[in-house]
Amino acid sequence: MADAGGISLPSDADTFPKLLLHNAKVRGDRPAIREKDYGIWQTWTWAQVKDEVLAIAAGLAAQGVTRGDRIAIVGDNRPQLYWSMCAAQCLGAIPVPVYQDSVADEMAYVVDHAEARLAIAEDQEQVDKLLSIRARCPRLATIVYDDPRGLRNYRDDSLVSLAELTRRGRALRDERPGFVEGEIAAGRGSDISTILYTSGTTGQPKGVVLSFDNLIISARNAIAFDNLTEKEEVLAYLPMAWVGDHLFSYAESYVAGFCVSCPESSATVLNDLREIGPTFFFAPPRIFENILTTVMIRMDDAGAFKRWMFRYFMDVAKRAGTKILDRQPVPLGERIIYALGELLVYGPLKNTLGFSRIRLGYTAGEAIGPDIFDFYRSLGMNLKQLYGMTETSVNICMQRDGQIKADTVGVPAPEVEIRIAENGEVLVRSPGVFQGYYKNEAATRETRTPDGWVHTGDAGFFDADGQLKIIDRARDVGRLNDGTLFAPKYIENKLKFFSYIKEAVAFGDGRDYVAAFINIDLAAVGSWAERKGLPYASYQELAAKPEVYALIQGCVEQVNRDLAADPKLSGSQIRRFLILHKELDADDGELTRTRKVRRRIIADRYGPLIEALYAGVDRAHIETKVIFEDGRTGLIRADLAIREAALAPAPAPLRKAS
Amino acid sequence: MITMYVPTSAPERTIGDVLLKVDDISLSFGGVKALSNVSFDIRQGEIRAIIGPNGAGKSSMLNCINGFYHPQQGTITYKGVVRRQMRPHEAAAQGIARTFQNIALFKGMSTLDNIMTGRLLKMKQNFFLQALHWGPAQKEEIEHREFVERIIDFLEIQSIRKVPVGRLPYGLQKRVELGRALAAEPTLLLLDEPMAGMNVEEKEDMCRFILDVNEEFGTTIALIEHDMGVVMDISDRVVVLDYGRKIADGTPDEVRNDQRVIDAYLGVQH
Repeated sequence: MADAGGISLPSDADTFPKLLLHNAKVRGDRPAIREKDYGIWQTWTWAQVKDEVLAIAAGLAAQGVTRGDRIAIVGDNRPQLYWSMCAAQCLGAIPVPVYQDSVADEMAYVVDHAEARLAIAEDQEQVDKLLSIRARCPRLATIVYDDPRGLRNYRDDSLVSLAELTRRGRALRDERPGFVEGEIAAGRGSDISTILYTSGTTGQPKGVVLSFDNLIISARNAIAFDNLTEKEEVLAYLPMAWVGDHLFSYAESYVAGFCVSCPESSATVLNDLREIGPTFFFAPPRIFENILTTVMIRMDDAGAFKRWMFRYFMDVAKRAGTKILDRQPVPLGERIIYALGELLVYGPLKNTLGFSRIRLGYTAGEAIGPDIFDFYRSLGMNLKQLYGMTETSVNICMQRDGQIKADTVGVPAPEVEIRIAENGEVLVRSPGVFQGYYKNEAATRETRTPDGWVHTGDAGFFDADGQLKIIDRARDVGRLNDGTLFAPKYIENKLKFFSYIKEAVAFGDGRDYVAAFINIDLAAVGSWAERKGLPYASYQELAAKPEVYALIQGCVEQVNRDLAADPKLSGSQIRRFLILHKELDADDGELTRTRKVRRRIIADRYGPLIEALYAGVDRAHIETKVIFEDGRTGLIRADLAIREAALAPAPAPLRKAS
Repeated sequence: MITMYVPTSAPERTIGDVLLKVDDISLSFGGVKALSNVSFDIRQGEIRAIIGPNGAGKSSMLNCINGFYHPQQGTITYKGVVRRQMRPHEAAAQGIARTFQNIALFKGMSTLDNIMTGRLLKMKQNFFLQALHWGPAQKEEIEHREFVERIIDFLEIQSIRKVPVGRLPYGLQKRVELGRALAAEPTLLLLDEPMAGMNVEEKEDMCRFILDVNEEFGTTIALIEHDMGVVMDISDRVVVLDYGRKIADGTPDEVRNDQRVIDAYLGVQH
């Protein structure tokens, strides 16, 4: 019996289907998954999930699915889709989750590249997309759909409802009892568990092949690191195709036996969050940012007394909250006021946000703003950062309780070795290291050395406490013409830490100075404009207001002052900037699906604007093609102003200690 | 670009017998003739559009059908029975529900409560039991709530379930209004410009919902609409009014090519 976070596991449970059988046996009556349907939370226990999964597995077998087949899974987080994933694995087939918001082209690439012969889709929207790409995916023979709404009149032999598939599966299980169980027993930990396609900042997505061992050992280590138990409550709302969701909502749930809840719809997540009150919550920084922005906007609209109370107690929290959380000494008086604040402000606020029961929160994917990070921690939420990637089954670095810093990602996770290469790139070796990119030997060789080290592509270093600090993508780190180090993401993140700035793109490699594109945050700047009495009709109009330019200029100059404090980066202060007339959008290919900036595409599309930033002019004209949500394209024209920002003086050079 | 999937064979939906027949209707307000000698029918299970330029009498026609106006001349036959003069609530009790050109929701009430009001006619328990929320009234309310939740799910408005309607954008308010009409489980659903003031995306959503209502529940729909593209795409038959008179009646293709319709829309010199 291996021990993971106080949870005993049989050592032979080396695949997810085997873990499912184990869970159904030892905690059959405990909730395994929930979904809000018709306004009421429906719960399935582990025993019920086992029954459903095995029936779907048999149904898939009846449909001709066999060991090694790839199965595409497309849709929002739904219990039925998680079950389908496990059902495919029962038969030794490989589930390939596809981003549910990908347009037909992107979907066609993944489904065709994975050579999926069957797809399981959530609803009509996904079925329509799959049918429209069928000509380009010759192997796709069957489409299974969960929600029959709107599909009643589709006459197509390749369509089967999940209900019908499950019915056939149950019939097969009556006919051949023990068949699915036999298939499950034939699975090995070294088998391929899933292929996750990474959205990738460049080129076509790559299929990361992960084995059961990769995921299950990583999950066990993460569970042990944070002492997770079967009593955790988790909300599964991030794309199923993303490795984070796969690890937290699927792998860790099966290993630890805790319950996962699926929101009613993507628009109700914040509401569902409040109803579920998760104990373990994972979100990219953007979501924490959005929640904080909403809180701040609502506080601005509150009455004077409430505003005063909020400000007073948030100041107390800033002084004492994180220290209390990290068990550092705090004067008794502060503790008493903090306790009062918990009663009057922090408690009710956490309750409104759904964070009352939270024991552990994680954020990853991008750097989080220190203000945002400290805000949640000062409320008493144990928010931590982790660093990981699909190719390593997430786990690379995690922060230990009590050793939390806003600008590092923590110490190496259990069983993970880290090395910093000559050029500053972080290299990783761990049991979670992927098996290879599917059908892409060349890319695999580029990323993984023969002795198992993965090139993360990130530049970073260990600080004095042995915590890893990531500054940027290794290949994005450049130099200005005078030789100054230029880490674009580092600068962009500093800009994005202002609630008014949603997205930023910095330029400077091979140039004389640093310049930046800025995207304003419509909610935050819009509310600011409302309070100032500035009328605006659209994003474009708001972005072009001189008052907004002045507001953003203040932010840019603050960033310059911060940069000036660091002798290495002082030369890379932002000299000129402009505010873009449209939001950078994943549909236009400017961001990845996980909202990372695609530099080359932006450099291509906005070439004239970049030249203008370096040409000394104060206006620039641009025409951009945009793709609307219904797939049609349009043209946006705009004249943009370019502003100069004041540079902060570099710090006085330190005298050498003699 | 996502191409919409077109079913390979004809849909299962069947157009049945005449559900409602309007015969030789004339309506005037003092000296103004709103409708003169209009006749047409609506068949079971079809989507029937009423179109025409501004002031053609479209809304007056709907108001006659749901009993709000009483035409001075002509008869309306509904489900094979010639209708006597009736009030709107009697029409509602017979299975005719409608939405309005200018949204008529209770702005201060939540989406859920607004749709619940659509169930009023179906509630059988007396006022006092309902007020006390006790006994059979409670059981009844739970049943109605379940029905309403299905509508909320159908119209994909879960995220605004508890939001006061006055705070919602226009497009969503229209959807809530459709929800309230559906809550009455109508046989005949009258939609007065369901897509007015919507953007392209909202219109597409609304079209999808109208078609789904028609297909999933078999509800007969009569709608007034200005957007010709929408009308031609989703309706089975179209009747065209101009200055209170019927000038054309037929399938979208027939109507599109009718010279009088073209004249009415483009304007000709008289």
